[in-house]
Amino acid sequence: MPLAPTLRNIFYLGIKELRSLMRDRMMLFLILYAFSFAIYAAATAMPETLNRAPIAIVDEDRSILSARIIHGFYAPLFASPKLITTAEMDARMDAGMDTFALDIPPNFERDLLAGRQPSIQLNVDATRMTQAFTGSAYVQAIVSQEIATFLFRRHIADSAPVELVLRARFNPGLSKSWFGAVMEVINNVTMLSIILAGAALIREREHGTIEHLLVMPVTPLEIMVSKVWATGAVVLLATACSLVIVVERILQVPIAGSLTLFLAAAALSLFATTSMGIFLGILGRSMPQFGLLLILVILPLEMLSGGMTPRESMPAIVRTLMEAAPTTHFVALAQAVLYRNAGFKVVWPQLLALLLIGVTLFTGSLLLFRRRLRALS
Amino acid sequence: MTSDSYVARLRQVTQRYGKVIALDDISLDVPAGNLTGLIGPDGIGKSSVLSLIAGARRLQHGHVEVLDGSMADAHHRLRICSRIAYMPQGLGRNLYPTLSVRENIDFFARLFGLDPGLRSGRIGWVTDATGLQPFLERPAGKLSGGMKQKLGLCCALIHDPDLLILDEPTTGVDPLSRRQFWEMIARIRAGRPQMSVLVATAYMEEAARFDWLVAMTKGRVLSVGTPEELRRRTTSQTLDEAFIKFLPDTGQNVLRKSPPPPPQTHLDQVIAVRAQGLTIAFGDFTAVDHVDLTIRQGEIFGFVGSNGCGKTTTMKMLTGLLEPDAGSAELFGQDIHASDISTRRRVGYMSQSFSLYTELSVRQNLELHARLFAVPSTLIHERVREVAERFELTAVLERLPTTLPLGLRQRLSLAVAMIHKPDLLILDEPTSGVDPIARDAFWVSLTELSRNDGITIFISTHFMNEAERCDRISLMHEGRILITDTPKALTERKQASSLEEAFILFLEEAGGSSAGGQATSLLPPQSWQMEEHPSTSSHHSGGMRRLFAYARRESLELGRDPLRLSLSLVGSVILLLVIAYGISLDVEHLSFAVLDWDQSAISHDYTQNIAGSRYFDEQTPLTSHADMDRRMGSGKLSLAIEIPPGFGRDLAHGRKAEIGAWVDGAMPTRAEIVESYVTGMHDQWLARRATEAGQAAREAAPATIALRFRYNPDVKSIVAMAPAVIPLLLMLIPAILTALSVVREKELGSIVNFYVTPTTPLEFLVGKQIPYIALSLVSFLLLTIVVIAVFRVPLKGSFLTLLMGAVLYLSATTAMGLLLSTFMRSQIAALFGTAVLTLLPAVSFSGLTDPVSSLSGIGRLIGEIYPTSHFLVVARGTFSKALQFSNLTSSFLPLLAAPVILVGLSALLLQKQER
Repeated sequence: MPLAPTLRNIFYLGIKELRSLMRDRMMLFLILYAFSFAIYAAATAMPETLNRAPIAIVDEDRSILSARIIHGFYAPLFASPKLITTAEMDARMDAGMDTFALDIPPNFERDLLAGRQPSIQLNVDATRMTQAFTGSAYVQAIVSQEIATFLFRRHIADSAPVELVLRARFNPGLSKSWFGAVMEVINNVTMLSIILAGAALIREREHGTIEHLLVMPVTPLEIMVSKVWATGAVVLLATACSLVIVVERILQVPIAGSLTLFLAAAALSLFATTSMGIFLGILGRSMPQFGLLLILVILPLEMLSGGMTPRESMPAIVRTLMEAAPTTHFVALAQAVLYRNAGFKVVWPQLLALLLIGVTLFTGSLLLFRRRLRALS
Repeated sequence: MTSDSYVARLRQVTQRYGKVIALDDISLDVPAGNLTGLIGPDGIGKSSVLSLIAGARRLQHGHVEVLDGSMADAHHRLRICSRIAYMPQGLGRNLYPTLSVRENIDFFARLFGLDPGLRSGRIGWVTDATGLQPFLERPAGKLSGGMKQKLGLCCALIHDPDLLILDEPTTGVDPLSRRQFWEMIARIRAGRPQMSVLVATAYMEEAARFDWLVAMTKGRVLSVGTPEELRRRTTSQTLDEAFIKFLPDTGQNVLRKSPPPPPQTHLDQVIAVRAQGLTIAFGDFTAVDHVDLTIRQGEIFGFVGSNGCGKTTTMKMLTGLLEPDAGSAELFGQDIHASDISTRRRVGYMSQSFSLYTELSVRQNLELHARLFAVPSTLIHERVREVAERFELTAVLERLPTTLPLGLRQRLSLAVAMIHKPDLLILDEPTSGVDPIARDAFWVSLTELSRNDGITIFISTHFMNEAERCDRISLMHEGRILITDTPKALTERKQASSLEEAFILFLEEAGGSSAGGQATSLLPPQSWQMEEHPSTSSHHSGGMRRLFAYARRESLELGRDPLRLSLSLVGSVILLLVIAYGISLDVEHLSFAVLDWDQSAISHDYTQNIAGSRYFDEQTPLTSHADMDRRMGSGKLSLAIEIPPGFGRDLAHGRKAEIGAWVDGAMPTRAEIVESYVTGMHDQWLARRATEAGQAAREAAPATIALRFRYNPDVKSIVAMAPAVIPLLLMLIPAILTALSVVREKELGSIVNFYVTPTTPLEFLVGKQIPYIALSLVSFLLLTIVVIAVFRVPLKGSFLTLLMGAVLYLSATTAMGLLLSTFMRSQIAALFGTAVLTLLPAVSFSGLTDPVSSLSGIGRLIGEIYPTSHFLVVARGTFSKALQFSNLTSSFLPLLAAPVILVGLSALLLQKQER
């Protein structure tokens, strides 16, 4: 096949895709929304470490010490404690109003001073895993600290022979808004590219224009490549704008690494996801079927890529399965490049994986496209 | 005449769509009890008049009175719409293709509130009268064009309308079916003389048989009267001619009445198309059965035959779109293969339906096709100008195809097919729905192309006066070619007066009258006569019936789409398994390495303390800070521990020592967990050392903190996650199921049934919603069973409470999809909008991992009102916390409000008329 006409066809067909998209005002608005407002909302919603954790305290002691313990909990880690009665405690926890309920027993201070080793009860709503785990450690530390200060008038850490100095690298404040923003960008890149490429194909089928293309000297390969580049270009542009304007400027997230490297990876990832979109667009015969396929694919892609919960915590089988997902590698790469300032030398395995996944999906779609030609027209 | 003599009266009606004036100050009285025809060129407002009278379109200016009341009055519309039947333009546009003939008619009967007995009786009668009885169980989508129109008529007649409105009912229908259609109308009118029929048509020979005609052009009424009067007024032979004479702008609109093409002077011996034994089957249906064709270069070759006889399929095989199962086809001596694109350059193809890009302007469409056909870029501009002039498109070059009348659009399609100067044109019903003037101009162009440029033309048509202009025609029937000859020879062979008559005779001989309708009874038997229009008397009692009619139809359609059914049920179970297992918060096997400057027994003990836990896996020790930077930078380490030199010695001497721990903060959730693990292990290690040193008594804690992990004592992630994934899935899947239901009807056209029947927005929406709620409830039960049986998370609380919550929640999530579907204009936007507006809030703002109360900003606000947050509380409460209804009232209130608000909003947004 001569190369020049092929490239020309790919170029012009792609321009056609872009023009079509420009006409759909509602779609443009939704893209704008997804890459600005949605990113902003996702970034700012994420609690910073333990943020405003709801805690209630049953103070049956009403002593100086219990008052100090109550004052030990304050924003931003904890919401200001609700003082409640024993009777209220269960109902409030049942209704999910508090994650923690601390019960300071009567005569706590007196018993403590008398060396009777009194016990405080800490109830944790363990269905809220994230808060339950880190939060209870904080609550224990705060209570111990207040008791130590009260008893010995000194800081508890001073008493330990070895001090552990914890430092978080790459994101010293463990700020989740950084993370939330970048992950939401990745999510939207995935979702938009699958929908644009897949739905554009289904629309061509429903409007009969695909038939028109196929009677021209245009090959399925050219049709596919044009959709990939056009969709990819739109999403890449949206991503770049979103990163520079929303993430860096408005959300003030310091981007450590090379934006160019990240965008190059995004382009590779887009190659994979648009191919996936086309695959779904051929598999689904109508828009409603495509919609369902979309949800079935996109949920795992977004939730299990390592962007929401750490990949280390996933069962081996899920982890292995997700190796085949482009988002897994894209998320790993994004963390490395944007936070750890990793260079090409570090992230080349992810880039290679993205390329391989992309090539596989593209080839698969192309074969399916060719095989389904009869059904398409 | 009294007002009773008119079924509809229009006074000073003006309609504009954007800049286009569709109706320009029209006044018109339509007499009752007549067969009235609207005639005129394309795009002059015939359809607008009909849809205004039917109440399907919103009136902008003026006054429309139908059946003694104003159509601007919603109450009057609702009262009389059951006395009107409206069949919109387009083959089977208001039918439901996956439903059978019986189910389609039954749906309309239910909408008009017919009792079950009456229903089956009348279905029997109308299908008998139209000859559709043998095809009762066939899906509407699989009917031929003519049969679709008959089915449309059945659906229109099922409730005995007083006014029957048909918009171009026979466009695109073959002559035999067309004749049968009018015979049927005549029989029905004989049985119900009081019924008024209002028809728009592009066929003047049909119009000539009507009682009364309205000639229109450019949004105005030109003349009214009987066909005879119109002819006399213009001293014309035929109605065609009469019509042309009415047109004010004679310079433009002369029906050139071009003579049939002169015979080919030099019979070219080059064979353009040669097909032998072409055969193709779809499943067990043989669409094309051993077709042989030979077309010489420069010939105009016609293809005629009934709808669905295989013409289009044959043409598609010749373009290479379809690969034949057997037989061969050659274009200019070259074999055609679907994979071979070299022959495509020599062919121009125009498909039956308009299939150009509606989002591109006329010029952009022409240029795109020129480029794809590799017209040299220096020539493109010239070529576009040339074809634009030839097909009179120069004035509309910058307009979008959707804004053009059908005739112009067809010319654009032809121009596109011509842009690369092909040697062969394959045209599939290019003039279907085009008015006589435009059609004539079209044929003038075709003749020129054939005779002057030597282009071969292979064309299919339903118009016999077009077939007459072909050099030779083939008659096709049920996948086979019956006969091929010149039009004249064919007419003579049957000794018929016209080609149309010959055609019908050939078809009848071949058994084509099977669907002819040998109705014996012209009148419905007495017992099936309708006493009165039920919904006229009791609109409200019919509401539930209509609601269920919609629910029933939607579930039938859903049932015909097994892929969608299984995807939504099996898919949600698979997603639950993967996600609930996958988003585990039990973090283990974190990688860590030590930079041990001390290398003492104590420092090794410290390292072992961490490495020994199940949480951390030790990697090769670090050698330097640079090594640490490199390995952490590559993400290979989640934790690095640095033990300072002299650590063991310092400790032994009671000097204070410091251990450094670096945590990879790039993934904050993981970092937090790592931090809490390390702190815990550090404290443990200290405590152990203290005990070993016998300091236990002295340093014992002054107070203990008793930790009680409630609801999930082992702090197992699955207990927290599995029940929480149910609300997530029950948001996303039901919403996407309903997201296309309304917008799709808008795109495909069946929404018109909602406009012209007594259905209210609420009946329409809730009716559509019910099947999806039911389907999703099944999905909910499956998910609950999986959570209990597979994940072993017991349901400690009340199942009934959970179920109640699910019903309310599903009503809300399906309504969410409906709302977006009502709001959006295109299916893509509805899909993307639903995905954008459900995924992020449900996954991140509803308390799946972080409780809503801990969120901040806009996300918190969304989380507070989002239904998923509230059902999540119910799901976790009933599963893990053993809660009952009484504990959860604060979550049930928002769940109750959500569907009411969402459905209410959708109903407000849903227009009862087209704008």
